[in-house]
Amino acid sequence: MSPRGLALGAAGALALVLSLAAAVTVGPADIRVGDVWSVVAARLGLGTSDLTPVRDGIVWQLRLPRALLAAVCGAGLAVCGAVMQSLLRNPLADPFVLGVSSGASTGAVAVVVLGAGGGAVSLSAGAFVGALVSFALVLLLSHILGGTTDRVVLAGVAAMQLFSALTSFIVLTTADAETTRGVLFWLLGSLGGAGWTDVWLCAAVLAVTLAVCLAHARTLDAFAFGPDAAAALGVFVARTRLVLLCATALLTAALVSSAGAIGFVGLVLPHAARALAGSGHTRLLPAAGLAGAVFMVWADTLARTVLDPQEVPVGVVTSLIGVPAFVLVLYRTRGAR
Amino acid sequence: MTDTFRPEADRDTAPAGLRAERVTRCADGRLILDGVGLAPRPGSTVGLLGPNGSGKSTLLRLLAGLLTPTAGIVTLDGTPLADLPRRTVARRLAVVEQQADTQVALTVLDVVRLGRVPHRRAFAPASADDERAVRDALARTGLTDRADQPWHTLSGGERQRVQIARALAQEPRELLLDEPTNHLDIRHQLALLTLVAGLPLTTVVALHDLNLAAMHCDRVVVLSGGRVVAAGPVGEVLTERLIADVYGVRAAVDREGAEGRPHVRFLGTVD
Repeated sequence: MSPRGLALGAAGALALVLSLAAAVTVGPADIRVGDVWSVVAARLGLGTSDLTPVRDGIVWQLRLPRALLAAVCGAGLAVCGAVMQSLLRNPLADPFVLGVSSGASTGAVAVVVLGAGGGAVSLSAGAFVGALVSFALVLLLSHILGGTTDRVVLAGVAAMQLFSALTSFIVLTTADAETTRGVLFWLLGSLGGAGWTDVWLCAAVLAVTLAVCLAHARTLDAFAFGPDAAAALGVFVARTRLVLLCATALLTAALVSSAGAIGFVGLVLPHAARALAGSGHTRLLPAAGLAGAVFMVWADTLARTVLDPQEVPVGVVTSLIGVPAFVLVLYRTRGAR
Repeated sequence: MTDTFRPEADRDTAPAGLRAERVTRCADGRLILDGVGLAPRPGSTVGLLGPNGSGKSTLLRLLAGLLTPTAGIVTLDGTPLADLPRRTVARRLAVVEQQADTQVALTVLDVVRLGRVPHRRAFAPASADDERAVRDALARTGLTDRADQPWHTLSGGERQRVQIARALAQEPRELLLDEPTNHLDIRHQLALLTLVAGLPLTTVVALHDLNLAAMHCDRVVVLSGGRVVAAGPVGEVLTERLIADVYGVRAAVDREGAEGRPHVRFLGTVD
């Protein structure tokens, strides 16, 4: 890796650690950065914390898992977006284009509103199953329709419409006002329920997916001139596509089932990362992950403080910041297309 | 079907290099190639001629292993192409398409480096061999000074030259080109084919322009309706009769090209 790449990576990692520490200090209870370090150190067995149990709990049980889940979600969505945009050769592709988020929504709503699973299944589990069902449908549809990349995107759009309609139908016909509000909050994305289980689960899936995608980094580079050119460079196109689509769909399903359908991060951050780190995937994928993580940590911090004590769904914040940022990135790179 | 099978090179050199034997390809119930044989002599430049829809592109894709024949076989040094891993094939054989384009912001160097994809393992950094192959490919195509230029600022002719540099970076022994001069002005057409014909590789190039083929190819294979209708040294194959039969065009062929190569003047369609 080049010195510039290393410097960029180090700067990104530093920015992420500082953002996490800063995000934990923001909120109604007054917590300083030093307190965050001492709580973390105490938990790791590297000293003792002199904070009261309540403040210790705020850091360790509430704010830290939430900030970490935000980072993992941001990183995961951005990496998925970067991979899918390259794989499908479509700058509009994002993690949700495979119908994963709309399927997850239907699954979650089915659990919450209809009581599917008889109470034994959590909202997250319902969302996960819904996401996978929808992804399987998209794969099947795109296979029937010819299997080319544009067919994958079209099948994804069709599944998105179908499952959105199903979700709306279930909510409008059966839910009361209170449930509707809860479901809506989840649909727009929220990190409010973050716990350590979510963090570990999502981080593990992220680590595996990132490793798989990085192993295919140069294969993804080879897709720049299309699948035929990639095949002529020795890439097993159908297998690569299936492996990477499944990996990104699984990661998206895990993220969506923990944090809801947070929009726009997967679409915008890869473009920003390309402007920073270039198009080579060995650098682009880590850059997209770091950029997504930092972005999401701050978006969530804003979401829970801007209307304090009320909380704004983080998906609303990502879109409100994301759209102008998107326009700016595209404006600055307009000559490059 | 057997009568159209005419191996192009001498039989004793046949097992070396790329060779198509009686390949047939059907798509959607339509016969696109019908028992075609091709065995370019190692190091030679073979022109693939024929009107639109005669099967030139399909034959090239079969030779590259991008399509599999419905019947017949394509071999590389005697081994069926289908039995070789794709990466192994890509280290031996490079393809240049009619017109390559990308949405991705890449420099000339980025594109040429793609040629090293089949040579590199996952996670491994570029080796000295990789760097040398990329440098040589840039030098051979006269692009050394333009390595950092963005792809989207290049003209059509320059883009094709970059694609050839990318193909050379693969360090192939066989190079397949599908109408690489389409969309180029005449100067770039000549420059590109001079470059290609001067490479020490076995080259199969599909061409529309008969005079370009006459100037640059050692031998030509003429396809019509998915069959080989003529094959051999360019001076023997390009005749007024053949052009009338295959293209439906009246032409006058003289020997006034360089080295006594044929030159074709078109007079009108055959009615």
